[in-house]
Amino acid sequence: MGIAVEGARKRFGDFQALDDVSIDVPDGSLTALLGPSGSGKSTLLRAIAGLEELDSGQVAINGQDATETPAQKREVGFVFQHYAAFKHMTVFGNVAFGLKIRKWDKPQIEARVHELLQLVQLDGLAERYPDQLSGGQRQRMALARALAVEPQVLLLDEPFGALDAKVRKDLRTWLRRLHDEMHVTTIFVTHDQEEAMDVAEQLVVMNAGRVEQSGSADDLYDHPANEFVMSFVGEVNRLGEHFVRPHDMTVSLDRDEGAEEAMVQRIVALGFEIRVEFVLGDGTEVWAQLTRAELQKLELREGQIVYLRPGQVKSFSGDVPPPEGGGASTPRSPDGGEGAEVSAAA
Amino acid sequence: MEGHPAALTTSSAAPPAGIRLPGLGVDLGRGLVVLYLSLMVMLPLAAVVAESTSGGLGAFWDSVTGSQSMAALKLTVICSLIVVAINAVFGTIIAWVLVRDDFPGKGAVNALIDLPFALPTIVAGLTLLTLYGSDSPFGLDIAFTRVAIVVALCFITLPFVVRAVQPLLMEMDQQMEEAATSLGAGGFTVFRRIIFPNLLPGILAGVLLAFARALGEYGSLILISGNIPFDTEVSSVFIRSQIESGNVAGASAVSVVLLAISLALLIAVSLFARWGARK
Amino acid sequence: MSTPTTAKWGLRTLAFGYLGLLLLAPVGMIFYKTFEHGLGPPIEAMTSPDAVHAIWLTLLMVAVAVPLNTVFGVGCALLLVRHKWKGNAVLDGIINLPFAISPIVVGLSLFLLYGTTGWFGPTLSEWGIQVLFSTPGMILASVFVSLPFVVRETVPVLQEIGAEQEQAASTLGANAWQAFWRVTLPAIRWGVAYGVVLTTARVLGEFGAVTIVSGSISGETETLPLFVAKAFEQFNEEAAYAGAIVLALLALTTLLLMSVGGRKAKAQGGPIPITGDAAIPTSNQKEGS
Repeated sequence: MGIAVEGARKRFGDFQALDDVSIDVPDGSLTALLGPSGSGKSTLLRAIAGLEELDSGQVAINGQDATETPAQKREVGFVFQHYAAFKHMTVFGNVAFGLKIRKWDKPQIEARVHELLQLVQLDGLAERYPDQLSGGQRQRMALARALAVEPQVLLLDEPFGALDAKVRKDLRTWLRRLHDEMHVTTIFVTHDQEEAMDVAEQLVVMNAGRVEQSGSADDLYDHPANEFVMSFVGEVNRLGEHFVRPHDMTVSLDRDEGAEEAMVQRIVALGFEIRVEFVLGDGTEVWAQLTRAELQKLELREGQIVYLRPGQVKSFSGDVPPPEGGGASTPRSPDGGEGAEVSAAA
Repeated sequence: MEGHPAALTTSSAAPPAGIRLPGLGVDLGRGLVVLYLSLMVMLPLAAVVAESTSGGLGAFWDSVTGSQSMAALKLTVICSLIVVAINAVFGTIIAWVLVRDDFPGKGAVNALIDLPFALPTIVAGLTLLTLYGSDSPFGLDIAFTRVAIVVALCFITLPFVVRAVQPLLMEMDQQMEEAATSLGAGGFTVFRRIIFPNLLPGILAGVLLAFARALGEYGSLILISGNIPFDTEVSSVFIRSQIESGNVAGASAVSVVLLAISLALLIAVSLFARWGARK
Repeated sequence: MSTPTTAKWGLRTLAFGYLGLLLLAPVGMIFYKTFEHGLGPPIEAMTSPDAVHAIWLTLLMVAVAVPLNTVFGVGCALLLVRHKWKGNAVLDGIINLPFAISPIVVGLSLFLLYGTTGWFGPTLSEWGIQVLFSTPGMILASVFVSLPFVVRETVPVLQEIGAEQEQAASTLGANAWQAFWRVTLPAIRWGVAYGVVLTTARVLGEFGAVTIVSGSISGETETLPLFVAKAFEQFNEEAAYAGAIVLALLALTTLLLMSVGGRKAKAQGGPIPITGDAAIPTSNQKEGS
């Protein structure tokens, strides 16, 4: 059940927005479509909703082929980035809209609308107009509106994109809790990896109209399929052919075998993390993430020479010689895929 | 809408599946629209063009270049030019006063600008005649003169430049003027170098529209101008007289000339607006 | 930048002087002239059978032409804004044509189509339909000259509100008609209303085209503007001024509606520009009658 997309293709003029995309969204799950602008994630979402017609491919909702069904009949709830509020109707009118279309009778509508407004914590604002609400309130209204008709699927297109950072974080938590309560199959689109990792059970990373990888946040973080996923989900340093997470960088004052010489360029304190920027002998700039304790122990200063040894390293391209020294290395499959994991003595 | 860059950047550009014209398919709706336009506009115009050349191009040319026709055309064009020049100046002044100045009754004055749009032209002509014709309390009598034509056309085309300049003035960032002043520019210089160039697109557009309007004006002129051939007869009046004397082909020929000029003007305005929108 | 005081008063004098001489004084004069001898004569003039018929006929023109052009206008605007098509630019241009055509030419064109030697005239009269010198022709003329207004005023508002609300309605289960009626139309209503006001004003004031098409037969095919012209030409000044007053009062009402409606249309959606925004001239232009 859930949602299945098979071989979706869509082109806008010269631009291939979706290039043979297939995804599986389990019933009742909360999935994020994550990717940069132009990756096709919004197009995919809209295709699932029926707001875009695919050039080829299929969309199945709860086991039934919905490819030819118009948006009106798909029973998907859709929440737009800029709310798409019915400006000339009150909050009550907005939320009741789908119910009026389905010809529910008045007392039923009243009950349901108030139930939903309570759920989204907008009870009491039923008679206001959208332009009298804040952005966060409008988005909650849009959610209530979409949920009112008990959709099979809930689709959110960058729902928090137009809101302030603080409001975004609050609504994120709130959406998660809402999903825990309602268990509607939910897909949301975002370009913010932190948001995706925070909220979603499953992430689908897209790039240039294709799916790069899908899996849980841990899967993608620890076992990225390629360079794009690794750098999009989490931070990454590039050392030649290798990719290292900043918190996997070991900084030492001793010249160990296999360590790279580097000069401290800049030390920035970001909350409880410290970001230390280095420049290597060949001019490459990398950075490491340290805790305050580590920083104090090392007593790092700008201009100081230190020695960096990567902890876990990934490579994605063919045969690459293992990093010098270090511990045991395991040979990799020739086509890259998952890189070798080199454990090193910290 | 096609051709407007800004409109096509929203997600609403590509029609989503399922959003059709209410009750009809898009194609049927389009068909009806085209049918309506053909019946109401295109066919009638085609008839005029066809009639104008019904006696061959030679006859077309003769009709247009006949002495009375040429006199009317010349008069029409020259009067229209004078009028748009006057209204370019006064229209800008009025727009300035309405936007930058404040006084009691401003709203009423602003609404009044649209009077020439709302008032039937025959009434406009009548009112001007009453005030400036033989019964004039001022002792003026411009009835049956070319001055009358100019006055009437000024009335008719007053709103064009005003309404074109107003939004530009309202949107204008006054900080530009403040910057110029802080750099030492005096009032007139600021106007000449900062304000005027920014208003120019509006003034030009208003002028072009006003000119197209003035070319075809009829109702306000027939009472006040006297319609004297070779003297105060404008092209629209001439065309009418040709229809009445049965020279429909000749009337059509001159009509086509007027049409061509007005069309060229409209196209200029729309190209203009596109250029302005792109800036 | 606030203009220095002398400049300010100079500009004011020029502006008010021009407006006063050109607009106010003439209109004031008409009111004076009409009621110069009291209320009696004008009322008498306006209640004569010919006058009453003229008023009725004028209102009939409005009652037919305005709804036609409104339905067309809204439908056309929807097509142009929501549905990409290569021919849209051409469609747009054609819609603007009535702004470029002298009303006399409009009359001529209808004469050429429906006159006794016209393209359709003979066939239609065989079927018993008379277009010229009769109401249908006058309606056609009124529709022609007032065609663009509703389209012109609806398009920017439609563009401004965007299609997302309609898409939202669709996902909530509304079909095309429901989405239009419950979501689109309320959102654009002030733009449409403004267009309707402009259309009405234009039809009320139409003169040149109707003159040719109707033959101006008193008591039959004479609208109020034609009535005023004929009365004046026949030296019946009282009737002419009385008719003019009625038209002027209608015009002032229109002005009021334009002022109110225009502001609301602006607030709701597109402004009413003459330049910029839409690629074609929009706004409150009216070609002459």
